[in-house]
Amino acid sequence: MNIIVCIKQVPDTTEVKINPQTGTLIREGVPSIMNPDDKGGLEFALQLKDKFNAHVTVITMGLPQADAILREALAMGVDRAILLTDRKLGGADTLATSNAIAGALRTLEYDLVVAGRQAIDGDTAQVGPQIAEHLDIPQVSYLEDIDFDGNKTFTLRKQTDDGYQVLQMDAPCLVTVLASAVKPRYMNMRGIVEAYQREVEVWGADRIDVAEDKIGKAGSPTSVMKAFPKSLKPAGATFEVSAEEAVDIIVEKLKERHII
Amino acid sequence: MDISQYKDIYVFVEQRDGAVQSVGLELLGKARELADRVGEKVVALILGKGISDKAQELIAAGADKVLVVDNEYLKSYLTEPYTQAVSQIILEQKPAILLLGATIIGRDLAPRLSARTNTGLTADCTQLEIGESGELLMTRPAFGGNLMATILCKNHRPQMSTVRPGVMQRIAPDVSRKGEIVNYNVNFDKAKINRVRIVEEVKECKCVADISESKILVAGGRGVGNAEGFNKLRALAQTLGGEIAASRAMVDAGIIEHCSQVGQTGKTVRPELYIACGISGAIQHLAGMEESEYIIAINRDKYAPIFSVADIGIVGDVHKIVPLLNEKIKNIKKF
Amino acid sequence: MDFGLSKTEELFLQMIREFAEKEVKPLAAEVDEDERFPLETVEKMAKIGLMGIPIPAKYGGVGGTNQMYGMAVEELSRVCGTTGVILSAHTSLCCAPILESGTEEQKMKYLPKLASGEWIGAFGLTEPNAGTDAAMQQTTAVLDGGDHYIINGSKIFITNAIYAHVYVIFAMTDKSLGNKGITAFIIEKGTPGFSIGKKEKKMGIRGSATTELIFEDCRVPKENMLGQIGKGFGIAMKTLDGGRIGIAAQALGIAQGAMDETIRYTKERKQFGRSISQFQNTQFQLAELETKVQAARMLVRSASYKKDNGIPYSVDAAMAKLFGAETAMEVTTKAVQLHGGYGYTREYPVERMMRDAKITEIYEGTSEVQKMVIAAKLLK
Repeated sequence: MNIIVCIKQVPDTTEVKINPQTGTLIREGVPSIMNPDDKGGLEFALQLKDKFNAHVTVITMGLPQADAILREALAMGVDRAILLTDRKLGGADTLATSNAIAGALRTLEYDLVVAGRQAIDGDTAQVGPQIAEHLDIPQVSYLEDIDFDGNKTFTLRKQTDDGYQVLQMDAPCLVTVLASAVKPRYMNMRGIVEAYQREVEVWGADRIDVAEDKIGKAGSPTSVMKAFPKSLKPAGATFEVSAEEAVDIIVEKLKERHII
Repeated sequence: MDISQYKDIYVFVEQRDGAVQSVGLELLGKARELADRVGEKVVALILGKGISDKAQELIAAGADKVLVVDNEYLKSYLTEPYTQAVSQIILEQKPAILLLGATIIGRDLAPRLSARTNTGLTADCTQLEIGESGELLMTRPAFGGNLMATILCKNHRPQMSTVRPGVMQRIAPDVSRKGEIVNYNVNFDKAKINRVRIVEEVKECKCVADISESKILVAGGRGVGNAEGFNKLRALAQTLGGEIAASRAMVDAGIIEHCSQVGQTGKTVRPELYIACGISGAIQHLAGMEESEYIIAINRDKYAPIFSVADIGIVGDVHKIVPLLNEKIKNIKKF
Repeated sequence: MDFGLSKTEELFLQMIREFAEKEVKPLAAEVDEDERFPLETVEKMAKIGLMGIPIPAKYGGVGGTNQMYGMAVEELSRVCGTTGVILSAHTSLCCAPILESGTEEQKMKYLPKLASGEWIGAFGLTEPNAGTDAAMQQTTAVLDGGDHYIINGSKIFITNAIYAHVYVIFAMTDKSLGNKGITAFIIEKGTPGFSIGKKEKKMGIRGSATTELIFEDCRVPKENMLGQIGKGFGIAMKTLDGGRIGIAAQALGIAQGAMDETIRYTKERKQFGRSISQFQNTQFQLAELETKVQAARMLVRSASYKKDNGIPYSVDAAMAKLFGAETAMEVTTKAVQLHGGYGYTREYPVERMMRDAKITEIYEGTSEVQKMVIAAKLLK
């Protein structure tokens, strides 16, 4: 079985702080990490490798520094790592991104494509399903658990808005995974020692199977008109008083607003 | 693509087990406002099995026309049959705008549709407006909610957007409104549909109430600590006639159900009163609650970001203050 | 030397920090309070290869550097001093002498199981009357027939003792020769005549299962002699040179952990209407302590670098341990002070860290011994 896991390098948005004066982002010192949902997906793939001796490839599209998360994936135990990087791929929205990655996947063998549900820097949850559509394969998103019959059928547990579904899906297919579904393994020591001795394949746009007008800025139907800091309403008064006084203040306000 | 051929605002109205989801009605409210600006129609799409009777409700909520696709394949949501139905409608009807709820269903369906019909999609919008030349301005939080971005889909149609539940407001239902109801015929590709099969469906949410509908929320975060701490919040919520909610930390710790989570990966709420207890106020949490009408924050850390959105902030220990507050309000309510 | 970390080391640091934070830190207070050896943590460490970092791949290790090993001990000790010393004693005091002085057969027999963490290692040199003066060994090993030694005596303060499977120990094969009469042996758990004695009740690193080893007519096959007869003292000293890097790293980790806690606490704690981090006294103290911690780190890195590159490092290791231990003691003591009354309670980890720090000035050569090593080199 061949599994391809699509991963993304993202800024750790939980570490991002806002300058309270200007309302702008403080990006300085924000670490770059493997997107958490993608790491969950990678763990599922590695579990299938452990159980069914699957061959696991990771692919990422991004800037050259995204190499770091591929090394991490190698140290976690994947067999092959591909960095898709090209200026022609820059400025892509989700549709163009999915076209580029689907273009790369067309040149590879796969039974299962795994992606994270969404990336914490964009939170769109779009690229995975869009890749599946380009490849004309079925998808199950919001995956919580996966099992394989050893032949061609996966049994999957999918989160729904009010519970879960258990589904069966035939290979080749795509899943998007929730980080909360699984605890990713740690990189192992031998993997770490070998990570930088192994090869990360660097692919350019000419290496993938997709029309040039489908990728990068040209292939993006959407564009950002403007970006602006969120308007912040002025903060109310803050009190540092005893618990009794605090309760009095709150009760007073609740009365004023006719809540009690 | 000749975009001038595309008109009207379409809303995919999600139903689950025959119940129209409130986000669909909220989107109809927004679509109504946008359609009136540009002089176009609001068209509601409702897909399912045995759901034809819901059409009138959608007209009352603002639709001029309802397209009903009633088919066995659509009984429970699955990606492929829903994508086939909606994409056929898009290709045949050429809507200018298509809005979907940013629920798990909407976020599964919308990207698949955008790829099949080769158009742009903007996720989780918090604001939708019509621009000077009639284009849709889609504003959404970016970078973990730290920035806002306004997105355009200039040369592709429909302009597609998902909107989180609780963000838009529905209009008061008008049962006297008239509208057209069309039973839409879709040609399904069975072979493709059969690639995914339902084995079992389980509804397991134990939440009694939908927190996005609640007028008063008492929410807890890391500072509340554990389930015992949460009981203090629960008591206060009960006294106030509200519900409890939580930050992601508490949900991840398994103390509170996911359906009570407020924030980027949970629900967006805008109650009349939001009491944030022991919540530091990560940007992802603020994104889900800062539109609340009145916010009271209680936290030990004076520098917690939650205070920047609070109407009143109390620097102190939730474990002391919340029970005291509960007692005091109980006493007042006795009289 | 290169003061920066290699990409491989950075990758390693990312992993070990996450591991320490998620797997080790949550147990630290309990391990201390209950004096419990965290066997489940050792199993987790084994699973990802932490028990065999500097062991070559051909002996089942990961073929990592001593630099990485030191970083591992530092990061574990940053959250739990006990866990740090478990790894240090296992790696530096048991795996290392077998790797450096063992025969090919011994290496093939012991190292794969030690490196995989299936077996835990320990080291026995200290005796009731032979501490700093290691030459005063009372334990004897007498040849019995041609193929066995009979060992009699006892060892004290042995880290990992209860849970270990393999022990590198030292005994007098010829008392008349003093230092030159000491020989090293590899003892396996379950060897007849070998038993574990009483468990110490310690001030700090309370989970590390420190006990006595007792040898009563313990018959050990001759093949278990480590190195040559009479060469045990040299093996012990060489082992302790390496061990000092481990303890220096442990001390450094404890110091860094106390810094982390204190920085957080002084930002949160308010007195006179301000967080105490806004007082210049706090700021100056933190600045001085941080400088020392960073200096200690440079000494550890420098000693590890030399060991990795085959450059003599014993004085560097002594300096790293001397300065690291003193820094750990100073930082943790001041951390408790900056925490005030709370720092004296077990609610805050600095109380434990201060107790854990003290041993780093004592074991694997007291601070005074380190000064002797350094001075001897200076005045040679």
